[in-house]
Amino acid sequence: MDFSPTPERQMVAESLSRLLAEHLDAERRRAIAYVAPWHDPTLWAHLCELGVPALLVPAEQGGFGGAGFDITTAFQPLGAALCTEPMLGHAMALAALVALDAPVSEDMVSGNSRYVLAIGEPDVPYGLDDLETTANRAGDGWQITGRKSVVAGAQSATHVLVAARHGDGGIGLFEVGADAIDLTAYGMVDGGGAAELFFDATAAHAISLEADAALTTALTAGLLALSAEAVGIAERLVDLTQDYLRTRQQFGRPIAKFQALQHRAVEMSLHLEQLRSITVRAAASFGTPDGPRHAAMAKLLVGRRGRLIAEEAIQLHGGIAVTWEAEVAHLAKRLVMIDAQLGDADWQSEMLAEALA
Amino acid sequence: MDIRYSDDELAFRTEIKTGLAEIVWPELAAKVRAGSSLEKPEHDRFHAALNARGWLAGHWPTEHGGLGWDPVQRHIFDEELYAADAPRVVPFGLNMLAPVLMAFGSPEQQAYHLPRILSGEDWWCQGYSEPGAGSDLASLRTRAVQEGDSYIVNGQKTWTTLAQHANKIFCLVRTGTEGKPQEGISFLLMDMQAPGVTRRPIRTLDGGFEVNEVFFDNVRVPVADRVGAENAGWTIAKYLLNHERTNISLVGESTHALEQLKAQARQTRRRGQPLIKNPHFAARVIEIEADLEAHRITNLRMLSDAQRKGAPGPEVSMLKITGTRIRQAINDLARRGLGPAAAPFPSEALSGNAALAAPEHANAAARYFNNRKISIYGGSNEIQANILAKHVLDI
Ligand SMILES: Cc1cc2nc3c(=O)[nH]c(=O)nc-3n(C[C@H](O)[C@H](O)[C@H](O)COP(=O)(O)OP(=O)(O)OC[C@H]3O[C@@H](n4cnc5c(N)ncnc54)[C@H](O)[C@@H]3O)c2cc1C
Repeated sequence: MDFSPTPERQMVAESLSRLLAEHLDAERRRAIAYVAPWHDPTLWAHLCELGVPALLVPAEQGGFGGAGFDITTAFQPLGAALCTEPMLGHAMALAALVALDAPVSEDMVSGNSRYVLAIGEPDVPYGLDDLETTANRAGDGWQITGRKSVVAGAQSATHVLVAARHGDGGIGLFEVGADAIDLTAYGMVDGGGAAELFFDATAAHAISLEADAALTTALTAGLLALSAEAVGIAERLVDLTQDYLRTRQQFGRPIAKFQALQHRAVEMSLHLEQLRSITVRAAASFGTPDGPRHAAMAKLLVGRRGRLIAEEAIQLHGGIAVTWEAEVAHLAKRLVMIDAQLGDADWQSEMLAEALA
Repeated sequence: MDIRYSDDELAFRTEIKTGLAEIVWPELAAKVRAGSSLEKPEHDRFHAALNARGWLAGHWPTEHGGLGWDPVQRHIFDEELYAADAPRVVPFGLNMLAPVLMAFGSPEQQAYHLPRILSGEDWWCQGYSEPGAGSDLASLRTRAVQEGDSYIVNGQKTWTTLAQHANKIFCLVRTGTEGKPQEGISFLLMDMQAPGVTRRPIRTLDGGFEVNEVFFDNVRVPVADRVGAENAGWTIAKYLLNHERTNISLVGESTHALEQLKAQARQTRRRGQPLIKNPHFAARVIEIEADLEAHRITNLRMLSDAQRKGAPGPEVSMLKITGTRIRQAINDLARRGLGPAAAPFPSEALSGNAALAAPEHANAAARYFNNRKISIYGGSNEIQANILAKHVLDI
């Protein structure tokens, strides 16, 4: 057994971390993450030059990766740097197309086109079963009607893949040019952008009329990516908190000397180990029948333990952590809000419970 | 045992409820529901309306112009404020400085300052914490050196809540370096407009502005504006902290917030039914509700104890810990109940959807993050636990 990453992945992770350190310091990150259009074309281009989108695509479709550990290799450093570039949506769109064995354009692999996968709706934020957006045949093509809600990265996408229910009751995958969509863009509390997408008999091109399984794979990839992102963030929160405990002086000593706080720091590190390990588990299972189950477990623990890590990091820093200037505040916000993407902890445990019966 | 409110207390509640319905105007209630911060004129107008009925200082003793409400009446008033979607009364002058002046101030200080607090002429802020003195308040370093009939003050305060609206600040300053750090502290009343005072806003993690840094550069303060004796500031500070802790249960606020949460969960649809029918979610709501019911009784038990003994004891630290936990759990569930719709910032962005943009649901995530502060300020929950271990458990 060997838990160390392959030299190739190790190298990609290091280059990515270096690139992000160079182009995304805390100040720059805040200028991008909280200001329209919540996306930096230059940074996106750098990520693409390094091959981040290609890392998410198997060789047969023109990439050089596509395995579970490729996803985590990309998203953990992106998380640690709190990068808000719309890579998640692009990764999920790629995963859906690969799963369908549908053509993946060179522009998509290179990142010249930015894709998002639009699934969640106002009353159906998680899962596929109850989706209400519909697709209807219109001549040779299709028309989409409905609304997709809080689609992360959609504000800067060039192409949108939409999950919609069609006449036969199945769920299909449809492509729409971003220009054709009535879209309301906004920023997020934890940085980055998203949009509401309003479809009203909007012309679309059908990629597949039986996309359930491919969408499940895309969601699994998304859960894995978010879990790796969470590990990257949680590691930094744990580190920053331990550093702060060692340096902050009150009552004439570093507050790390208070045993009550030592135990809290230890609890945080126990949670972090759980997150690291469940993400390794989920990455190893990606593409196997256990993939969705393990990804759901990862996201479940990320939701529960991630929130505890974030809250404890703030509490142990005291007042300084509730300021905009504090990096720990932005890390904590992102870690908490990850729970609300693609199914929160309660949702994941419901899904896992249904599979038990 | 009789845990019911007396007939007088019930009548008092009705009087307050009716009065607040007249006082709170619709735009104010809407802002409070949305968790938006208020402008100074809105605070002033609300305070003035309360003051016109004597309720602004209802808890002050009658000899100082109050109505002499006891702790239970004060608690009822607090509950009704939240139920009416009224803002919290800004506490620094009314609930913190005023009791200090009544206990330690000279007759001249009382006669000058108390009416100005009531009229809204003076907006006070609390200058205790410093960058190096948070939990360890006694290590504060802002210096006051006497020169003739003035002190010259140099140093810095931080986290000063709403200092942007304040024309006055009460400060703990160092006047002595002999003995224990607690022994060289004095309590000064200072003018925010005095030469040498500057303030700098601190932006909070949710993007808001409610705290500030305040800097003192050779600020001249008349010795007559010291409260109590020189180097007696720590006794005053401890007295004030006790007063600060009498309304820390957050029972009124949490009761109202829990009702809002339930309303939100009835409106939110998940998998074809209201979220409140989801057993996971319902179980969480119910657990908070049970904790809140217990906490409500703990609070009343401690209030009636304080009423008998005249002052609250160290056991009220329990109210702070349990009260902030419950309040934060409600914030957490309100955010989670909205799912991804909690994330847009500011949430007006979602105004296309009436259900998502209803004011009481707005800013759920921002409010959750902002309220992480309540277990940090006013003596962090860890410091409260230290107090309990030492003074209540005696271990
Ligand atoms: C929003 C906000 C508003 C505020 N408003 C005001 C105001 O108006 N006026 C004012 O004067 N102050 C104000 N404060 C300051 C507040 O009182 C302090 O933040 C608080 O006392 C904690 O101090 P600190 O932030 O320096 O944290 P620290 O004291 O540095 O504490 C850091 C961590 O160590 C823990 N800790 C410290 N000592 C011990 C110990 N002995 N045992 C165990 N754990 C310990 C703390 O609990 C915390 O978790 C405000 C703070 C905030 C966040």
